[in-house]
Amino acid sequence: MPLIEARELSRVYDLDSGRVTALDRVSLAIEAGDLVAVMGPSGSGKSTFMNLIGCLDRPTGGHYRLDGVAVESLSGDGLAELRNRKLGFVFQQFNLLPRVDACANVELPMLYAGADRKVRRERALAALGRVGLAERAHHRPMQLSGGQQQRVAIARALVNEPRLLLADEPTGALDSRTALEILALFQDLNREGVTVVLVTHDAEVARHARRVIRFRDGHLLSDQRQEPADARAALAALDAGILPDAEILQPEAAA
Amino acid sequence: MSIVEAIRSALSAIGANALRSALTMLGIIIGVAAVIAMVAIGSGARERVTSQIKSLGANLAIIQSGNVTQGGVRLGAGASSTLTDEDAVAIAKEVDDVAAAAPVIVTRAQTVYGGTNWSTQITATELDFFTAREWDVAEGRLFEPEELRRGEAVAIIGQTVARNLFGEQNPLEQPFRIRNVPFKVIGVMAPKGQSALGQDQDDAIFVPLDTGRRRIVGRNYARDRSVQTIMVKFASEAAIAPGIEQTSALLRQRHRLMADQDDDFIVRNLTEIANTATQAATTLSWLLAAVAGVSLLVGGIGIMNIMLVSVTERTREIGLRLAVGARQRDVLAQFLIEATTLATIGGAVGVALGIGSALTIARIAGWPSVVSIETILIAVGVSGLIGVFFGFYPARQAARLDPIEALRRE
Repeated sequence: MPLIEARELSRVYDLDSGRVTALDRVSLAIEAGDLVAVMGPSGSGKSTFMNLIGCLDRPTGGHYRLDGVAVESLSGDGLAELRNRKLGFVFQQFNLLPRVDACANVELPMLYAGADRKVRRERALAALGRVGLAERAHHRPMQLSGGQQQRVAIARALVNEPRLLLADEPTGALDSRTALEILALFQDLNREGVTVVLVTHDAEVARHARRVIRFRDGHLLSDQRQEPADARAALAALDAGILPDAEILQPEAAA
Repeated sequence: MSIVEAIRSALSAIGANALRSALTMLGIIIGVAAVIAMVAIGSGARERVTSQIKSLGANLAIIQSGNVTQGGVRLGAGASSTLTDEDAVAIAKEVDDVAAAAPVIVTRAQTVYGGTNWSTQITATELDFFTAREWDVAEGRLFEPEELRRGEAVAIIGQTVARNLFGEQNPLEQPFRIRNVPFKVIGVMAPKGQSALGQDQDDAIFVPLDTGRRRIVGRNYARDRSVQTIMVKFASEAAIAPGIEQTSALLRQRHRLMADQDDDFIVRNLTEIANTATQAATTLSWLLAAVAGVSLLVGGIGIMNIMLVSVTERTREIGLRLAVGARQRDVLAQFLIEATTLATIGGAVGVALGIGSALTIARIAGWPSVVSIETILIAVGVSGLIGVFFGFYPARQAARLDPIEALRRE
């Protein structure tokens, strides 16, 4: 059984200016353990698709099963619980709470899962260790670099052991080297068995996925498997001075 | 999320904008302080009046000789002595529910003991006086009926007189002089303190009515059986009003007044007089109640306003919380608890301020200050409820946010 199973999935918006079909009868399956990039220019429907598979929105037509659960039949609270237990979100702007330290930020999803204080603390520290930030657990977001903040956000997404990590332009606010580090982290996590879906408009990011799905005008344009670029290797090459930045992160035209 | 964690997170949100939070609380602080001060002053004043009535003697009416018109000249209250001790006897006998009726003549006189002298108030009266005033001797004894009947030269002195005239000596059985008439001390009254008008009630000497009339006052009073006032104590507060009516009718009849003639006496209900003293305090209480009401309303609106601002500012935070699994009711609870915490802190500060101002006002006015634990709990509780009431709308706005929209908001 695939982790994500969308059949004839549609999302129509009723706006003042008329009906807009953001997603038009898309059928798609994603297997557990995959590393998928969802691509497309703005308005292509990729964000709508992400919101639907992320259980932030409900489809207006078609069916969607996440890990065997029929999402369209769930109540608001049911969706919230699904987001809490089965999904982890990573955003372009990190979206950390500025007033509390990294550890408390990572604890946030467990707060809504009802875990007790001690368990929360332990698991948050473990998740921070997993993204290489164990020493920064008690720094506030303002005291961390952009890459570190995004790692905290990834730790937060991982802390409830989700079935799916959903990242929306996770490298969009980072410089190219830091972006590579974050992509390397996603690849590491994927090797450990975490299913990752990256939503991006950047082909360089998509190069690091095993499968690339392209959207255009609300339709599925293409769905390809590929040999992913190794972000760790690129970082090593960069550190060894073999390749200048420009050649590693050569911008490609979005196909 | 547990309530403790929710409150901790609310405190951190409030602390993040300390100045703004403090300004927001101001309305609640002033409102609660006004409530506390109002209740404290109100009950303090009531307590003072109660204790005044108690010190005067409860359920008391005082009958004074009234104004008399002589050839078109009205001479005012007490100008003539129309009352007699027989009136007092008649009142005690014929009016319902009279516990005591004491004829009283009061004068000032110089007293001398050895080389010391002291001017004080001399009250010539009978035993009913001590019943009416609910006042007894601390040492010695009251008058014997025989002493009253024969008009013997015995005196009971107040604490102030004892101190000023006799100093450290035991005054009992000591001979001294009132207006050069030799008297003997047979008792010392228990201390009574200040009267409602600030008079020292212990600065007094009591002598038998006839003794006072003949040997101290002389003249007018000596010729007939007239007295200045009659003090009447009724059995209960309810008996005062009908009792006064009966007394008036009785006196009119005894004084042979025609239907078209005015009373030649005045009846004063002391409980009523004491009650009017609460009026100033009551007015102040109502003023404070108005301030409290308006402040609490304004404070509540202030909290609603700041919570709406806070929801707008933290839209992305709300979006994130929804994305990581917060349900609508979690978000609702978070903002409701934040508003309630804000209001409750304001309430607590207001209580402190209210107690402070109540103590200050009580000290200036000379009232006992009464701040009960119930008042404090109610005040803090009410401010919490204001937080819930005015926080509900902003919290609902927050809970109803669409997570996608909220996350996209800059």
